[in-house]
Amino acid sequence: MAKSIDVSDLNIYYGDFLAVEDVTIDIPARSVTAFIGPSGCGKSTFLRSLNRMHEVIPNARVEGKVLIDGQDLYGDEMDPVNVRRTIGMVFQRPNPFPTMSIYDNVIAGQKLNSKRMKKADSDAIVERSLRRAGLWAEVKDRLNRPGSSLSGGQQQRLCIARAISVEPEVLLMDEPCSALDPISTSAIEDLIHELKSEYTIVIVTHNMQQAARVSDDTAFFNLSGVGKPGRLVETGRTEKIFSNPEDPATEAYIQGRFG
Amino acid sequence: MSTVVTPEPGTRPETSLADQLRGRSLPAGAARVVVGVALATAVLAYVVGASPVQAVLLAWVVTLALPVWSYAVEGRRKAVDRLVTVLVSSAFVLALFPLASILWTVISKGAPVLSAEFFTYSMRNVVGEGGGIYHALIGTLLITGAATVISVPIGLLTAIYLVEYGAGGRMARWIRFLVDVMTGIPSIVAGLFAYALFVLFFGEGVRMGIGGSVALSVLMVPVVVRSCEEMLKLVPNELREASYALGVPKWRTITKVVLPTSLAGIVTGITLAIARVIGETAPLLIIAGMTDSVNFNLFDGRMATLPVFAYTSIRNPGVPPEFALERAWGAALVLLIIVMLLNLAARLVSYFFSPKGER
Ligand SMILES: Nc1ncnc2c1ncn2[C@@H]1O[C@H](COP(=O)(O)OP(=O)(O)OP(=O)(O)O)[C@@H](O)[C@H]1O
Ligand SMILES: [Mg+2]
Repeated sequence: MAKSIDVSDLNIYYGDFLAVEDVTIDIPARSVTAFIGPSGCGKSTFLRSLNRMHEVIPNARVEGKVLIDGQDLYGDEMDPVNVRRTIGMVFQRPNPFPTMSIYDNVIAGQKLNSKRMKKADSDAIVERSLRRAGLWAEVKDRLNRPGSSLSGGQQQRLCIARAISVEPEVLLMDEPCSALDPISTSAIEDLIHELKSEYTIVIVTHNMQQAARVSDDTAFFNLSGVGKPGRLVETGRTEKIFSNPEDPATEAYIQGRFG
Repeated sequence: MSTVVTPEPGTRPETSLADQLRGRSLPAGAARVVVGVALATAVLAYVVGASPVQAVLLAWVVTLALPVWSYAVEGRRKAVDRLVTVLVSSAFVLALFPLASILWTVISKGAPVLSAEFFTYSMRNVVGEGGGIYHALIGTLLITGAATVISVPIGLLTAIYLVEYGAGGRMARWIRFLVDVMTGIPSIVAGLFAYALFVLFFGEGVRMGIGGSVALSVLMVPVVVRSCEEMLKLVPNELREASYALGVPKWRTITKVVLPTSLAGIVTGITLAIARVIGETAPLLIIAGMTDSVNFNLFDGRMATLPVFAYTSIRNPGVPPEFALERAWGAALVLLIIVMLLNLAARLVSYFFSPKGER
């Protein structure tokens, strides 16, 4: 079951430093939402607060509400471990486990949680995840090689395969294609299209065409000034944001006039 | 491109690009020639009648000709490079002297006594020639083994606390400070501590192998904590985050991602910590004592160990003394071999366990 995410009045801090200020946004279920904005405006920070990855940084904290299908993500009775099982994440930089083979990296979610599986089942999961991430053809003959023996772009697709192998209901992707060539990028975009029917997907990207191609909704983040916190400037249907944005800053950014 | 980019007129003298890139250098092998000449000078001086120290010093002065020559031909930057190279190499050779000298002395004096009997006999009822270090070897292995069993869990868990849980907190700062203090504890104090501890339970005059293990762990724990801490810190945070993002709890992340990734370094650190304490004499002299017979029981009575064996053999050689002295050198050699084997094992472990692929 895909989930919608409703964020209201979210402030995100690193210690005393307010990184992202006062974000209110509704992310609909079974759709793709793109976050765009200049570097350092807090896209990654905001994304990480959506599956409680933000709090693993010492002294980092959030204020405000994040509701997933009406459940308060930061409520007292919520277990961050279970939250992260439901809301998967692909990071900006590829981070395969160096001690594990390609195969083990893909089923790391199951393996690290000591889930018992039949060999046939895990084989099936590995193959399906790698196919979806567009990596199967390249690695099917060397599944036992270490994950770190792959190229940067292959490692990123390996990480995507790892994230989808646990079948999360929401998938957060932080610039998943920034290290990929056009062919793998289009494989990932096809994957996003395919996953969208079952999952809720949030993707951060610096590539305007990509945002226009894959997303249903777009949110534009910006810094209000040097040293000021980032904030959400505008959000809406992607066609609208790209053709007829309300805020002049959005228009300037999309047309490449700054950022 | 075939055209040379000419600099703007007036900003730079008109030199061709080729001249800018070129630099004069000494002929290849110049360094080797100078070192060869230096060695020849040393040999010659020695033959003529200089003392070995004088000959070596003379040779060293001759090598300094290399930077001077280089200054004349190559200019300042390369001359400094050569000078520093000469200095660093000299320091290296200087540092090798004591090592080589120790190795030579121990091997030349200890090797003749090594035999099957030396390894399989204790000193029970042996006067003069014969006998062996079997009892001391067993004692050293048992006591150090028990010290490792005590120190590794304490040290590793402390390091895990410091890196994964305490990070930056007041508690972690205090623990780190106390560990640093512990690193400086003199080994005799560790021995007295273990003795005082065991006297509480067993009364005055207690001698026990396990007491030696406790004393050695006091010395070993801080070393293990420090080396494990460094290794755990080397594990990139991204791996922890990758694991958390898959919904893996913290403790599983530590046991299944962090520890395996740093396993090679941790094992190396532990091995070096063992090597560090295996030669301790003072604490064992106090609490484990000395005996001539084999004792397999850590919890009952005196236990001989290699360093204490070497010490007592030199201290009370008996008459005639030469056999006891020989055995002392033999024990020292065996100790050295054990340490070398440990280092070798650490190498192998870090080779086989380090994450594959990138290296
Ligand atoms: N671990 C951290 N500790 C302290 N401050 C941080 C940390 N990570 C990010 N920040 C700060 O938070 C702000 C937002 O950073 P963030 O990484 O979210 O930007 P971003 O929009 O993802 O940029 P990019 O497009 O370059 O990835 C920046 O000012 C950054 O310096
Ligand atoms: Mg980012």
